[in-house]
This record gives sequence, C-alpha cells and structure tokens, in this order.
Amino acid sequence: MPTILLRHMQAGQKGIIERVRATGELGRRIRDMGLVPGTPIQVQGRAPLKDPVAIRTRDFTLSLRNNEADFIEVMVEEES
Amino acid sequence: MNPGPEEKLLALAGNPNCGKTTLFNAVTGAHQHVGNYPGITVEKKEGFVSLDGRRLRLVDLPGTYSLTAYSLEELVARDFLVQERPSVVINIVDASNLDRNLYLTIQLMELGIPVVIALNMIDAAQSRGIEIDAEELGRRLDLEVVPTVARSGKGKEVLLETVARVASEPREWRPIRISYGPDIDPVLDRMEADILEAGFMIEDFPPRWTALKYLEADEQVLARGDGIDPNLSARLKSRASQVTEHLEKTLASYPEAIIADHRYGFIAALLKDGVVQRTQRGDRLYLSDQLDRVLTNRFFGPVIMMLVLYVVYHFTFDYSEIPVQWLESGFSALGGWVESVLEPGPLRSLLVSGVIDGVGGVMGFVPLILFMFLAIAFLEDTGYLARVAYMLDRVFRTFGLHGSSVMAFIISGGIAGGCAVPGVMATRTLRSSKERVATLLTAPFMNCGAKLPVFAMLIAAFFPGDRPRIMFLLTLLSWTMALLVAKLIRVTILRGPSTPFLLELPPYRLPTFKGLLIHTWERTRQYIQKAGTIILAISIVFWALMSFPGLPESRKASFEAERGAILAVLPAELRESVSDGRMPADLSADLERQWTDARSALDGIDGAEALAALKHSIAGRVGLGLERVTHWCGLDWRTNVALFSGFAAKELIISTLGTSYSMGRPSEDRDLPLSRRLASDPEWSRLKAVAVIIFIMLYAPCIPTVTCIIRESGAWKWGLFSMTFNTLAAFVMAVAVYQGGRWLGLGTGL
Repeated sequence: MPTILLRHMQAGQKGIIERVRATGELGRRIRDMGLVPGTPIQVQGRAPLKDPVAIRTRDFTLSLRNNEADFIEVMVEEES
Repeated sequence: MNPGPEEKLLALAGNPNCGKTTLFNAVTGAHQHVGNYPGITVEKKEGFVSLDGRRLRLVDLPGTYSLTAYSLEELVARDFLVQERPSVVINIVDASNLDRNLYLTIQLMELGIPVVIALNMIDAAQSRGIEIDAEELGRRLDLEVVPTVARSGKGKEVLLETVARVASEPREWRPIRISYGPDIDPVLDRMEADILEAGFMIEDFPPRWTALKYLEADEQVLARGDGIDPNLSARLKSRASQVTEHLEKTLASYPEAIIADHRYGFIAALLKDGVVQRTQRGDRLYLSDQLDRVLTNRFFGPVIMMLVLYVVYHFTFDYSEIPVQWLESGFSALGGWVESVLEPGPLRSLLVSGVIDGVGGVMGFVPLILFMFLAIAFLEDTGYLARVAYMLDRVFRTFGLHGSSVMAFIISGGIAGGCAVPGVMATRTLRSSKERVATLLTAPFMNCGAKLPVFAMLIAAFFPGDRPRIMFLLTLLSWTMALLVAKLIRVTILRGPSTPFLLELPPYRLPTFKGLLIHTWERTRQYIQKAGTIILAISIVFWALMSFPGLPESRKASFEAERGAILAVLPAELRESVSDGRMPADLSADLERQWTDARSALDGIDGAEALAALKHSIAGRVGLGLERVTHWCGLDWRTNVALFSGFAAKELIISTLGTSYSMGRPSEDRDLPLSRRLASDPEWSRLKAVAVIIFIMLYAPCIPTVTCIIRESGAWKWGLFSMTFNTLAAFVMAVAVYQGGRWLGLGTGL
C-alpha cells in the first residue's frame, strides 16, 4: 500500500494515517483533533476553491487547509 | 466568592459542538449570569440550580478539545479547575464522537479532579447505529456516566442527582496514571519522584501531571516552575530535553506526539470489547453528508451562500421595521412629553437632546440588532456558519485573514446591520494574534446597525426607489475595503504566517428554540448595555459640547431685538398670542394672515439663533475648523458636527444631523423628514451624499468599539490606530470620490 500526502488524496478515497510531521502549534492542533498515526480517514470533499479539504475521521468531519494536509502522510489502498 | 457550606461549585467542560451550552441552558434555565474571567475577555457563564435545598453553582468552561496551554480558552479552563477546585467537573461527551471527546476526559482524569460524564446526544449516536454501554464505560473509567439528550432535557435530573451525590462526598484529587511507553515512562517516574521530593507546585498540580507538562514543554507550567524553583525546573527541563533528543534520533518523533499517541491508544483500548457496538444504518451523518454535497458544492455552494445571506438581510430588515418604528415613535413621544412638562432651558435640552435622543437612538435599533443576531444564531447553531468559514477560508487567507474572520465581519454588520462591539468580541475564536488583530481592526468597516439608518436616509433623499440595490452595493464596498485594508495590514505592520485552520464541520442540526433565544439575547444584551452606560454618558458629553458655550449676551440681545421689532409692528392684541405660539380662534382673515406671517418670521429668527448657537458651541467650532480640510470631500460644518458626534456612537449621526438641520428653519419645514430637508437643500447633491456615505462607512469606529478593540487586542496602540487610520482611509476615499465625481462633471446635476 503506497503512502501519499493527504493533499494528494482524491475525494472519497480512504486511508490510514501513517505519520504526522507537523510540530509545535500545528502538530498539537492536529493531535487534539485525533489525527494520530493509525487513525483511519476518508476524504469527504474540497471547498469550492479546492482548499480547504474536508475529511471524515473518528465519526466527525474536519476541514484543514492543503498546506496543513501536507504534514500528514496517509497509507492508501492501491488504486485499481 | 467563597461557596457557602450549602453551595457546591461545579464546572462544565467539553469539546466545542458537544452540546455543552445546550445542556447548560437546559439545567440552569434562565438563572444565568454572563461575565468575564478576571483580566481576560473569555466569557464566563454561571448558572444556579437548587437541588434538595442545596445550591449548585455551575460554571460553563469554554469549549476545548484539550487542556494544553495552546489557546486562551484552554488556559482559562485549566486555571479555573486548578485554582477554584470545583467539587465536580461535569464532562459533556458527545456519544456520537466518543473517542475524540474522551481525549479531554483523559486529561481531566490525569489532573485527578472528580469527573462525572454526561454522555450526551445518545439519540444522535443511536441514529447513526452507535450503541454505547454507559455502565460499562463508567466501570472501566471508574466514574459515573449519565446518558443525556441536552436538546430535550432527557437525563438532566439523573445527572444533577448524580453530580450532587458525588459532590457531597469530598475526596482528594485522584489522578489516573497512563502508561506512555518504554521511552517516556522511566523518565516520567524519575521526574515525578523529584517533584514529590521537593514538594514542587504540589498544592496545585499532581506531581506526575507537572512532569508530563515538562515533557510537553507547556509554556505556562514551565514559566511558573522557573519562578518557584529555578534549579529543579532546570533539572526537569534537561531531563525532558534528553528524552526529546533520544526520541528524535530513534523514532523521529518528540514527547508531545508520543504522549498524544498513547492517550488515543488508551482510549481505543478502553472502548474495545463491549463498550461501543456499531450497526450500519442510514444515519444522520449520512444525511448531513448529503446536505454538504449540495451546500458546499463547487457551483451550488457559493450560490446558495449568497442566497442565504440575502435572505438573512431581508429577514432582518423586513421584520424589524415595524418594531423599530414603534420604538422610535415611543421615544419621540417621550421627548415630546418632557418638552411639554418642562420649561425651556438647559435641563429640558439635556433631557431631550442629550438623554432621550441619544439613548433612544441606540435603543431604537434594538429590534434590528435582535433579528440580526437571531439570524446569525440560527446559522451558527445549524452548523451552516462553519461551512461558510470552510468555503470562504481560501478567499480570506488571500487577504491574510482566516475563515473564522467571517463571523466577526458578519456580526459587525457584514450582511446588513449588526454591531462592531459583539463583532470585535467574536474575534476570540481566532487564535493567532496577528489574524485576530487584523480582523478586529477591519470588522468596524462593516455597515453596522447604526450606520444603516444614515445610509437609508441619504438614499431615500437622493436615490429614492433604489434602496435595496444601493444597500447591496454598499455592503459589497465595505467588504472590499475591509479585505483590502486587512491585506495591507498583514503585509506591513502585522506580517507573519497564518494560524492553523483545522475547523470541525459539525453535523447539521435543527437548533432548539430556547438555545436560539438565549444566544440572541446574550449578544443583544451587550448592545443594550452599551446604550445604557457608555452611550448615555457620551451623549451627555456631546450634548454639552454642542450646547456650550452659549451665545454671548450681545448676540442674544440682537436676536431679541429682531423679535421685538416684529412684535412691535403687530396690532397690540396679537402680540402675546404670537410670541407664545397659540393662535386665537376668532381672528378675522386679515389678522390671521398677519399672525401667521409674524409667527413664521419669529420661527426663522429662533432657528437662526439656534444655528448661530450651534456654530458658536465647541462642537460647532470644531466642525467649522475642520471644514477647511473636509470641504475637499464635500463635508460642510454641520455634517462635521454630526460625524464628530458619531464618534461617540454612530447612532448619534442621524440625530445630530436632524438637530442641526432642523435649527434655522421655519416651523412648517421643521416637521419634514430629514431626508426631504436634505434633498431640497442646495448645499447637498447626490455626489455629496455618496461621499458622506463612504466617509461614514470607513471613518473611526465609535468609542465603545474602540474600547473593545483595546481590550481585545490588549494594546492601546490598536485602538488609537483604528481611530486615526480609519479616519484617514475614509478621508482619502471620500476625497477621491468627491473630487473624481466633480472632475467628471457629476456635481449638483447628479
């Protein structure tokens, strides 16, 4: 299963967080929201201007900017 | 305040969107009190409940995801728990989103404070096919778990009984101990031992908790530790940095991240095997997702958003129009009554022009503000406002702001009507101080409920029939200016990176009526308080500035002489009735004509005297002095006086204009609406009206807003900045419009 950045995931695509490289304030915010390694996520969609991105994780919907999604590496299922 | 023997202090803690406020409202009803935490601007809501003769004092802590020192809200919540040491913390946990909500619970338990969990929104969880065994969860966590549905009030009695019972069994704080793995645990144990041995901050924090905070590099705890025992603090810090280095080398991670991972691991283990059961069903989240597919759609999203904002605009205006008129006529009747019972003189003038007009001007807009806040509360409570922030973040970020800035803009009057005071307060949801200051400096450009009547009056005078269209254009203009200025500020004096966005999009919900009312009332109350206190004081000051110094005796005498001259040529029997203004019933046609002519001549002189007095007053002199500069953008001294008073409160612009234009006119004109008077005034033109509107839109925020800006930004300089910078911007724009218009030949003909 390949690992890609959250930014590059397609709408509807599922995956499991492998690594969060963000530190400091951003890292803390991301963890507070439950985005830690091992967490399953699914991309719900993107805002009309393609940014931010909305994801479903732990039974809630979270939106984050693309440049924040860049810190999150996700293991995704191989596309057929 | 010390709780009496019969009073127990309880705190309500929970994530944003977990139904905390709804539960608080359900439990405390109308017995609420909103204030601020000492020294800072985070709102503190308190409520009281009586249970079996015992008084429970409930404090609603700000909604937080965590108890780090990351945001003001988190610090406030933490400080409250540690310093006030409530008997019980009621932790509201969203059952449909259990694991993330428990992240806060775990941190409360690590602090050791007695916790009762309100497992809220169990109905929503069930509709999503999530079944939770509350008893089992309570057993595993070793605390009471009470299922609740805050919206319907279900479970609140059991919750209160449970809380009262737990509160009546005072116990020491019992922190739970979570394992943080082989890299952290040994160090944590050693640090804990050091802390315990030295008695380091143990009155406030459990030793292990302090050690964790040193590992997490919590700024607040570290700073405090440095002050209390610098040596030990340095030793703890060096231990923490050793672990940090080690983790960096071996796992490319750092303690804070490892700690969070283990907390989530702890939660996952806790919920395994029998606490949570899932059955796949068509659920509410599914419905919410379907809605989002349309409401945040690339094409339909923005279209619907514009439509929603437009509907809010109409709702606010159409429904508030009648009550606004009632209040206005009520206040003018009150003014009329005072005029009829009091002799003319400074006291009457103070009461009518100072107190009633000033406060009435503000109170008159209460219905408008109320409807606006009701509409905003509706958008907020349904979850739509979060989508607006989500859709607009990209735009706002371009201008150096944040998706959440939209809230402050809308409350300040971004759609139509509103008030910059609660608007500036709404910037509290923004975490980065730079984006926050940029937002609170530009939010006052929005067309607040007090500017709107001035615009409406000028539009009625010069663009009759075009009101909706022009108002809409003005709204667009204020947004454009706010965004451009924000950008300018963010690339110059407030340069810096943007804050993390990370916004939760809560599922769409139908708001509760009670929740909407409470929400609306809180903001409206802030506005009314402003009217009752600051504006009353300021109206009196401005009334004095516009009344003193009075005309010198010599000029009064010359007006008196003019009056005497008119009376002197009248037949003797008419003199008295002309001067007191009551026409006798039985006059011949000729006498009646003489009477009327003399009376209107007298009115003209009275008006001229009043105008001369205004010109002679401090405010008039300031206005006249400024005319030298302001004539560049078409402002005459009377408008200057009105704008000057508008600095006290924008509501006063219209009443001051009314006063200065009703002075110096014959009485039959005096009852004409101000808009008709301005329309027929040769000094006014469409171009001047536009310049005045632009100036009013942009110039210095009112004094209450400036005070708020100073309080929220924590610095005087931003208050002063907003006063000078905005006025300068207003002047430049108005000059550009006025001179540009004249150059294009759009003078009085326009």
